[in-house]
Amino acid sequence: MLLWIPLLPFVGFLVNTFGARRLPKKAVGAVASGAMFAAFLASVMAVRALVSLPAEAREVTQTIFTWIGSADFQVPLGLRLDPLSALMILVVTGIGFLIHLYSTAYMIDEEPHEYARYFAYLNLFAAFMLLLVLGENFLVLFVGWEGVGLCSYLLIGFWYKNRFAADAGKKAFIVNRIGDVAFILGVLLAFTQFGSVNFKELNGVIAGFRPEETFGVVSAIALLLFIGATGKSAQIPLYVWLPDAMEGPTPVSALIHAATMVTAGVYLIGRNAVIFTHAPEVMTIVAVIGTATALWAGAVGMVQNDIKRVLAYSTVSQLGYMFMAMGVGAYAAGIFHLLTHAFFKALLFLGSGAVIHALAGEQDLRHMGGLKKELPITYWTFLVGALAIAGVPGLAGFFSKDEILYRTFAAGHPMLWTVGAITSLMTAFYMFRLVFLAFHGERREPVAHATHDTHAAHAPHASHLHDAPRAMAMPLIVLAIGSVLAGYLNVPAALGGTAFLEHFLEPSLHVPVVEGMHGAAEHASHGLEMTLMIVSSLIAVAGIGIAAFLYLKRPAIPEAMAARFPGAYRFLVNKGYIDELYDAVVVQPIKSLSEHVLWKADATVIDGAVNGMGQIVAESGAVLRQMQTGSLRMYAVSVLFGAVMIVGYYLWS
Amino acid sequence: MAELNHYLILSAVLFTIGTAGVVLRRNVITVLLSIEVMLNAVNLTFIAFGRFLGSSDGQIIVFFVITVAAAEAAVGLALVIALFRHVETLNPDAFRQLRG
Repeated sequence: MLLWIPLLPFVGFLVNTFGARRLPKKAVGAVASGAMFAAFLASVMAVRALVSLPAEAREVTQTIFTWIGSADFQVPLGLRLDPLSALMILVVTGIGFLIHLYSTAYMIDEEPHEYARYFAYLNLFAAFMLLLVLGENFLVLFVGWEGVGLCSYLLIGFWYKNRFAADAGKKAFIVNRIGDVAFILGVLLAFTQFGSVNFKELNGVIAGFRPEETFGVVSAIALLLFIGATGKSAQIPLYVWLPDAMEGPTPVSALIHAATMVTAGVYLIGRNAVIFTHAPEVMTIVAVIGTATALWAGAVGMVQNDIKRVLAYSTVSQLGYMFMAMGVGAYAAGIFHLLTHAFFKALLFLGSGAVIHALAGEQDLRHMGGLKKELPITYWTFLVGALAIAGVPGLAGFFSKDEILYRTFAAGHPMLWTVGAITSLMTAFYMFRLVFLAFHGERREPVAHATHDTHAAHAPHASHLHDAPRAMAMPLIVLAIGSVLAGYLNVPAALGGTAFLEHFLEPSLHVPVVEGMHGAAEHASHGLEMTLMIVSSLIAVAGIGIAAFLYLKRPAIPEAMAARFPGAYRFLVNKGYIDELYDAVVVQPIKSLSEHVLWKADATVIDGAVNGMGQIVAESGAVLRQMQTGSLRMYAVSVLFGAVMIVGYYLWS
Repeated sequence: MAELNHYLILSAVLFTIGTAGVVLRRNVITVLLSIEVMLNAVNLTFIAFGRFLGSSDGQIIVFFVITVAAAEAAVGLALVIALFRHVETLNPDAFRQLRG
C-alpha cells in the first residue's frame, strides 16, 4: 500500500520519459499531474488508515524486499508511515500536485519533448522525495536524499543552453555533495557504533543513554548529520547554492527550492530527534547556525532586486527559523513551520511566476510596478502569502513563527529570540517591499531594454498583460486558502487552541526524558506566550509599515539611504561577497592544485610511466625481431639446443 | 643376449639420425619422416625401460605417442599440401614469410 505512494510518480516519470516524442503536451501534463493526484489520494488513504489507529500505535510499515543481506547485517527496502512522515507525504503530494498543475500552463511555451522532459524530472523528484520521507532506515532515506539532489540539478539546469542555469545546477550539486559526505560519515559512524541503520532501532538504543555532557560519539553523529542537513536545507555555510537555483523554472523553485526538498534537512533532524536531544552541544550549534542564517539571509533579501532572489533569500531565512526551532528542541514547532512555509512560500513563488509569465520573463523589481490592476488574482493571492509570511495575526505564518519564537524564549535563549524577532521585522519589510515595488505605484520603464534596444523602449509595454490562466490561478487560490488555514492546525493553548499538530506529531518526535535532560520549555506560562505574540505581531505590522512608508510614500528615501551608506548597501547587494570569498578560498585553490597536478604530476609521472612502458616494449622488440629469421632450420636447431641445455642441466646437477 | 645399453645406444643413434634429418634435409616430407624416426627412437627407449623395469607403463605411453604421431603426420602432410599450393616448392628454406 505504502509502496504506491512513491511508485505512482515514478510511473509518471517512466511514461513521460519514454513517450517524450510521441505524447502530445496535453497528455504529458495529464499523466504527470494525474500521477501526482493519484499519489495524493493514496497518501490521504494511507494517512486515514494511520489516524484510525490509537495514538501510541500509529505506525504502518511495509518491507518490499531485502535490499542488502550479508550475515547479520540486513537492510530491507522498507517504508514506514508515522505521524511525521504522514505530514510530509501530504505536503509533498498535495503541494506537489498543485505545482504540477500550475506547470502545465507555465511551461506551455516549451517544445513538446522539452515539456515532457520537464514533467518527467518533476515526477521523478516527487518519487524520490516520497521515498526520502517514507524510508524506514538511513539507506533508503539516502537513496531519496541523493535522488532529490539529482532532480534538483536536472531542473535547475533545465534550460541548459543558458550558461548561468547550467552553472547554477552544477553549483547546487557540488555544494550538496559537500554536505552529503558528512551525512554518509554520520550514518557510517552510527552503524559502526550501534550496529544499525534503522531509525527506530537507533533511536531505541540512544534513548537509553544520558545526554552527553561533553562531545562524544552521539554528538559526533548528530554534528555530521547536521552538516548534511545544512547542505540540503541551505544553511550557513552551504546556503550559497539556493539563491542561484532560481535559474531554474519558477515552479521548480516553488516545489523543490521552497516547499519540499530543502525541508529534507529539517525532516532529518526531526526524524532523529532522539540523537539530537542527546547531543546538547550540537543542539546549540544547530540553533545558532539557524538563527544566524535567518538573520543574514533576511538582511540580504532586503536589498535584492530580482523578484525570485528576494524569495530565495526569504526561503533560506525561513529555513533558518526551522533550524532554530529544531536547535532549541521545539521539534514540533519546526515541523509546523515547515508545513505553513510550504504553503505560503509555494504560493509566493507561483505568484512571482505568474508575474514573470505575464511580463514575458522580466524578473527585475525595478522594472515592475502597478501590476495590481492588471493581475488581480495574482495580486490578491500574493498579498495573502506575503501577509502570512510576515506573521500577521490570523494567518499561517503567525502561528508557526510565534510558536518558534516563544519556544526559543522559553528554552532560555533570549539572545536567539531577539535575533529571531529582528529577522521577523526584516521578513515583513522585504516581503512588502516586494509587494509594493511589483504591484503598487506606477509601471516603470524597463531600463534594460532602453539601453540595448531602442524599439522596445518606445513600444507601449503594459498594453497586453494577462492575468494567470486557469491552470495557474487555481493552485494560487488553493494555496492562498492553505496559507490562511494551515495555521489553525496548531493553535497554541494560550489562544484557547488544542495544539492538534503537536499532539499528532508527538509519537514521532517525542523524546523520552532521561534524568538530567533540561526540559525548560515546560515552565513557561501562557501569559509570557501572549506577551511575545503581541510583540511579534507589532513587529510584523511595523515591518509592513516601514515598507509602506519607504516604498509608497517616500520612494526617494531608500535610494538616499543606499547612497548614504554605500559600503553597507553594496555589501548586501553583492550578498556579502560570500560567493567571491568561496571562489577565492575554495574554488581557485582546488583549480590551481588540479592544474598543477595535471601538468606536473600527471604529465611527467603518470604519462611518463605509461609512455616509458611502451617505449621499452618497442625497443626490445626491435632487438628481438632479429631472432625471427623465418628459417625452419634455425628454429629446429634452437629447439634442439634448448632441449640439450635443459637435459644437460639435469645431468650435471 | 641384448642388454638395456644396446637398446639405448640404438635409440640414441636413431634419434641423432632423425635430428640430423630434420635440420639438414631440404625436403619438407623428408623432414616429417625424420621426425617420425625421432619419435620412434623415443618409443624404443620407453619399451626398453619398460621391459627392464618389468612395468607396462612404457608400453602404454608408446600407444599414446603412436596416436599423437599419427595425428601429427596427418596435420603435417595437410600443411605440406597447403604450402606447396602456395609456393610451388617443398624446400623449407622457401618458407620465410614469417621473418621478423
